Amino acid sequence: MKKLLISLAVVASVTNIVTASARDSISIVGSSTVYPFATVVAERFGKSTDFKAPKVESTGSGGGLKLFCKGVGVATVDITNASRRIKSSEFEQCQKNGVKDIVEVLIGYDGIVLANAKDGVPMQLSRKDIYLALAKLVPGPEGKLIENPNKTWKDVNPALPAKKIEVLGPPPTSGTRDAFAELALEGGARSIPDIAALRNMGADQADEIQALVKKLGIEAAWATSLKNKGASAKGKDVVKIIGRSVREDGAYIEAGENDNLIVNKLVANPNALGIFGFSFLDQNSDKVQGSIIDGNEPSFDAIASGAYTISRPLYFYIKKAHIGTVPGIQEYLNTFVSKDTIGPDGYLVDKGLIPLGEELYEEMATNARALKNLSL
Amino acid sequence: MTNSTNTEASQAITQLFEDRTLLAKKRAVARKRRNRSEQRFRWAGRLSIAFGIACVLFLFTDIISKGIGAFTQTYVDVEITFNQETLGLSSQSTEQEIKAASFSSFYKKALREKYPEITGRKEKRELYAMFTSDMPLILRNMVVADPSIMGSTQIISMIADDDFDTYYKHSYGRDLDEADKISRLSDMQEGLVDSLAKSGAVKTKFNTILFTNSDSREPELAGIKGAVVGSILTLLVTLALSFPIAVATAIYLEEFAPTNRITDFIEVNINNLAAVPSVIFGLLGLAIFINFFGMPRSVPLLGGFVLTLMTLPTIIISSRAAIKAVPPSIREAALGMGASKVQTVIHHVLPLAMPGMLTGTIIGMSQALGETAPLLMIGMVAFIVDVPTGITDSATVLPVQIFLWSDSPERAFVEKTSAAIMVLLTFLICMNSFAVWLRKRLERRW
Repeated sequence: MKKLLISLAVVASVTNIVTASARDSISIVGSSTVYPFATVVAERFGKSTDFKAPKVESTGSGGGLKLFCKGVGVATVDITNASRRIKSSEFEQCQKNGVKDIVEVLIGYDGIVLANAKDGVPMQLSRKDIYLALAKLVPGPEGKLIENPNKTWKDVNPALPAKKIEVLGPPPTSGTRDAFAELALEGGARSIPDIAALRNMGADQADEIQALVKKLGIEAAWATSLKNKGASAKGKDVVKIIGRSVREDGAYIEAGENDNLIVNKLVANPNALGIFGFSFLDQNSDKVQGSIIDGNEPSFDAIASGAYTISRPLYFYIKKAHIGTVPGIQEYLNTFVSKDTIGPDGYLVDKGLIPLGEELYEEMATNARALKNLSL
Repeated sequence: MTNSTNTEASQAITQLFEDRTLLAKKRAVARKRRNRSEQRFRWAGRLSIAFGIACVLFLFTDIISKGIGAFTQTYVDVEITFNQETLGLSSQSTEQEIKAASFSSFYKKALREKYPEITGRKEKRELYAMFTSDMPLILRNMVVADPSIMGSTQIISMIADDDFDTYYKHSYGRDLDEADKISRLSDMQEGLVDSLAKSGAVKTKFNTILFTNSDSREPELAGIKGAVVGSILTLLVTLALSFPIAVATAIYLEEFAPTNRITDFIEVNINNLAAVPSVIFGLLGLAIFINFFGMPRSVPLLGGFVLTLMTLPTIIISSRAAIKAVPPSIREAALGMGASKVQTVIHHVLPLAMPGMLTGTIIGMSQALGETAPLLMIGMVAFIVDVPTGITDSATVLPVQIFLWSDSPERAFVEKTSAAIMVLLTFLICMNSFAVWLRKRLERRW
């Protein structure tokens, strides 16, 4: 009986504390790609200042923005990281929920690499090769788009080895996958003349789109774009659907979100290629080698200069209403945009972040420090 | 006639004998077949046990061989003079003055002076990268703790950076092929390691950092303290909530509740709940505790609530079994002596059922200790540097720490992951052995 009473007392005292007071540490959510960088800054910020170290959760870019746009108040998050820019639909959602003033900070770039084991054959690919190897629909002999028939890399490009196409990559929920589909697959698709022509057709050229779509045999994609966008559907929308769909016949293997796992699988299977972020290549350069894309090796300089074509921007977004309510947000922002952190010699660069160019950095840092509002 | 009868009789007898032997043979064959199938069955059993043991052994050797390295850490003894001019401090400086001083540039200058032959920008960066990035902070804290060391020369045991550490522990001085060598160091850095090691300055010690530090993105500074404290806080909340609720439920259902459709329905539901995948409880926690009651994310209090939902059925079921195992004669005797129903239960049934209940509770707790999936939904899968001090501070738990480390790009986290798994397994084995001991110790047979 006594035990029961004691336990009840504990429960009662526990429930009393539930009505927690204001938060004393910053709450950060968002992209798993920015997570390794944000956590380093958070840790150093906590150690070098009197503020508590921010709490960083890895929720994915989309999940993070959803939490971010939920509203204003200590129960909501302060900052979200994203490996792509905020979408206009998400921005509107934010506005609707009272998250009016948002500060956008561009921190640098991340390269996406295709890599294989060190003892495999080094690959020299173009974005077109990647498209022809991994897209769902590719041009057939009669000009129509057909289900991807390519079995080996030699089928794709006679200069490549006659090895089975086997690519390990992240699942559709991942931002890396989105960026890869957009930059590599869709980018490669544009080198097909018909698709390039289709991409340039505006909403007013519906008849021409209709004809070209028929020629390519992709009426279904056009119908989907019409359904989604109505009369404003453009050729670009069709290309988006066609270019970004990945084949599902086993050549592209979904290997989960854990990039370390992909690296291990590549070592076990020298014939396979894997898709992951540049920082994992950097850390495992003794085990795997990055494929050359469009004539450029995945290296710091090539990604920073834009010569390496599969790279994407990394952002974080700050809820302005929380500055002053939750301690340390302004200081965290200043730490993050300082030269020591994301400058060309900053410590994030040691962790694999590709820094911004000089001018862009200055402009971004000034805007961020001044807390300039984001407008889309 | 008699002759023929005789022959007939003898024939019949031989026939009988033959039949008998035939039957015996048949039986022998059948027996053999039966024995064989029995043998086969036994072998199948032995094989499956052997397979199970082989799997466990494989798992343990894999984890231990990978993780054992994380329990040692490489240190380098370096002489550093706390130069009063460079730092602008004296032995009388106040804490505030010390905190404002630039230890970072002081530290870098000290390293450059040690190796005046290193001049290039890239080479200098590589030199700084040999030791943990927290060194300036460690030096600062040394001065804060004892300002009188200003101006003196001290031998500092510097923490080697993760790449240095991995190389020194696994590849240095071993005759390895280029392919098997684990090294992210440049040739210059490897040369530095070599000269340091030859001078006897490099030492490997037991890695106390692993147990005294919280999570960090620098593998050499990362530890499990925050996660262990988070786990303990979460389990305390779980225990404080689930044990009384579960015991009360079990007692009511076993001793007081009438047998009718409603209690049957409740019983079926408790059994079903025990089989619900744990991630569902996480979603429930998100919907009810965060979205409806507005509780803060990522706190042990919330984690405890969610894990309570998960462990309740386990404890209720084992508590009911324990109460059922108390012989009715005890209750009858108590009632016969004039005790009330509640007195009977509290004074006689409950103490006798307690060992079983406690065992169930410990099993439920160890289940909760190993859980990650429901915590994923409520924001406990997060990077948290500070050790939580209460149940409303942001915290993470041990299995989540393992998950986070396994996903980190830095190579040295591989061994940290295995080391954290070893610690978690130790906790689980301890809890389960305690449950077994408790049962052996307190169990009573009738």
